[in-house]
Amino acid sequence: MIFNKVLRAGFQAGLRFQSTGPQASARAATAALKESLGGFSFELTDQQKEFQEVARKFAREEIVPAAPSYDKSGEYPFPLIKRAWELGLMNGHIPEDCGGMGLGIFDACLITEELAFGCTGVQTAIEANSLGQMPVIIAGNDAQKKKYLGRMTEEPLMCAYCVTEPGAGSDVAGIKTRAVKKGDEYVVNGQKMWITNGGKANWYFLLARTDPDPKCSASKAFTGFIVEADTPGVQPGRKELNMGQRCSDTRGITFEDVRIPKENVLIGEGAGFKIAMGAFDKTRPPVAAGATGLAQRALEEATKYALERKTFGKFIAEHQAVSFLLAEMAMKVELARMAYQRAAWEVDQGRRNTYYASIAKAYAGDIANQCATDAVQIFGGNGFNSEYPVEKLMRDAKIYQIYEGTAQIQRLIISREHLGKFKQ
Amino acid sequence: MHRSSEVKHLASDFNTRACECFGQPPVQPFESHCPVLTDRTVRVQLKVLKVKDGSVFFIRVKPDRTGVVTDGVKHSMNPFCEIAVEEAVKLKEKKLVKEVVAVSCGPQQVQETIRTALAMGADRGIHVEVSGKDYETLGPLQVSKIFAALAKKEQADLIILGKQAIDDDCNQTGQMTAALLDWPQGTFASEVTLEADKLKVVREIDGGLETIKINLPAVVTADLRLNTPRYATLPNIMKAKKKKITNVKPADLGVDVSSRLEVLKVDEPPQRQSGVKVETVHDLVEKLKEAGRI
Repeated sequence: MIFNKVLRAGFQAGLRFQSTGPQASARAATAALKESLGGFSFELTDQQKEFQEVARKFAREEIVPAAPSYDKSGEYPFPLIKRAWELGLMNGHIPEDCGGMGLGIFDACLITEELAFGCTGVQTAIEANSLGQMPVIIAGNDAQKKKYLGRMTEEPLMCAYCVTEPGAGSDVAGIKTRAVKKGDEYVVNGQKMWITNGGKANWYFLLARTDPDPKCSASKAFTGFIVEADTPGVQPGRKELNMGQRCSDTRGITFEDVRIPKENVLIGEGAGFKIAMGAFDKTRPPVAAGATGLAQRALEEATKYALERKTFGKFIAEHQAVSFLLAEMAMKVELARMAYQRAAWEVDQGRRNTYYASIAKAYAGDIANQCATDAVQIFGGNGFNSEYPVEKLMRDAKIYQIYEGTAQIQRLIISREHLGKFKQ
Repeated sequence: MHRSSEVKHLASDFNTRACECFGQPPVQPFESHCPVLTDRTVRVQLKVLKVKDGSVFFIRVKPDRTGVVTDGVKHSMNPFCEIAVEEAVKLKEKKLVKEVVAVSCGPQQVQETIRTALAMGADRGIHVEVSGKDYETLGPLQVSKIFAALAKKEQADLIILGKQAIDDDCNQTGQMTAALLDWPQGTFASEVTLEADKLKVVREIDGGLETIKINLPAVVTADLRLNTPRYATLPNIMKAKKKKITNVKPADLGVDVSSRLEVLKVDEPPQRQSGVKVETVHDLVEKLKEAGRI
């Protein structure tokens, strides 16, 4: 009798938040109607759902088991990257006429979040490809696109984005790498630092100063180049040993009298700064998605643990202190997801999304760190130990507040955009 | 944990795979039988079944005891059917079959499963529309009648199905289809080789492995070790959108889908009683005697 009551309660609870067949088809009809009216929707297309499914399956079945050993050894996860490449999970932005799939940023973000759930080190190695390719996609001429993007779809190659220097990170206008025109070539000298895929890339996007005049404005003084990694004079440094995302290859690179043909200049001399910054509007949403994937992982690991571990006679999830921690983690994950989805959707619609992209990246980076820390807290002593998965999440999360524009720079951008709107 | 032990108990009784659930929100499961027709022009008729996902935690018996709550439970392609699709696509890649057709019976949502089969490499799909009450009572006999009718209509030479569905474990559709068509059958296949116009099938049986040679056309049911299904790659998913899925009604095939079975009752397995630990063999014997077992 009681059993029936419990079942009925369970059944009703089930009904409340799950859809029945006819209800689902009614919803689908409404969604179709809304789409035709151009209304707001959180619904993914069938294709997006399938893409997400493949990425999710790959991440959970292949990346998750392999991640701890890559983290310990720091070895570059080439087998995983090759597999992702075979499945079409990489290089999604490359236009169709270069052999790619021409995916929008939104689709790329869906995939990135799933991969990051598996391991953000692997995801960063893959994402660095998108970052390196983006200047070529937005500013390359046909010949450059066919040559440098085409080869990425023919075999699993990596590329890198070389802007940061030992003396200039946030202050991009302060970079000192010099490119001097000599005949039909540019000769480049300088030092880059913290270049993801630095030691594995087949080619680099390089930003260098072409106008030596210190009074020249940033928007005219820099030039973007495509540099083949095997050009004489390109010297990658040693692999840096970082706190987290340890399997990702990060290096300093020295450029000593490197000669770049003028055909490899993007757009023209002086256009570099705009290209470098323009790439960020398209690459910040995926980075935010990566941080969200990490936060989601932290939430799921912590939830699983909280439903297994007992203390004071109850599962720790039944203690409000813990369930409130989980609730706040859930809040943060859901909001970060909505933020990056908005930023990605805006740019796919053809609009300038700087404001939303910065918000998404800033927020996701912050909450990834908070959720990872909270996950360690929920695991207690076990969380601090390397046999459990959450300490890696905490170490991996930190960089999300630093790379692709620090948390502070994001706030600068957001305030500038926000005040700019008010002044109109 | 009390709940998980209850679930695992349920899971083993309903024969769903007890896998780790990463807390994904449950999605609709659909039992759709989807055979793959291939042409040898072999048309491999793939049975693609959409079943309750093996990683779902909480299966509940409906309050009216007529079945299991399926609303809101995640459905995905039956794992044995994935293996069947993979085998058919492999045969096509070896150029031993001309066309692979994926078939599924069920409501609108089974189109997703057919799309997955298309993304894995099937050439086209057939959706046999069965919905509502008919779908709830759809069982192996009706499905095999549908397949037999389709096989004749499409002139298939080979029907590959998963050996059984992981939600009802009937293990009947393949055998019934072969009987209705009067075709030879190679069930529980762990290896399939095409030799001229005969099929060599290695079957997994209780005593080990049995190798048989059967004439085409034939029905094969896939067992676990036949192959490892491939992922649908993203480019293939995009290409699959252009592949055709035709809609067919059972009536068009002259099949009556009314059930001849009536489910009297569905119950959860009895709650597992806690055991008693004993120290010595002597104690064990005593306890067994007490319980009247020996």
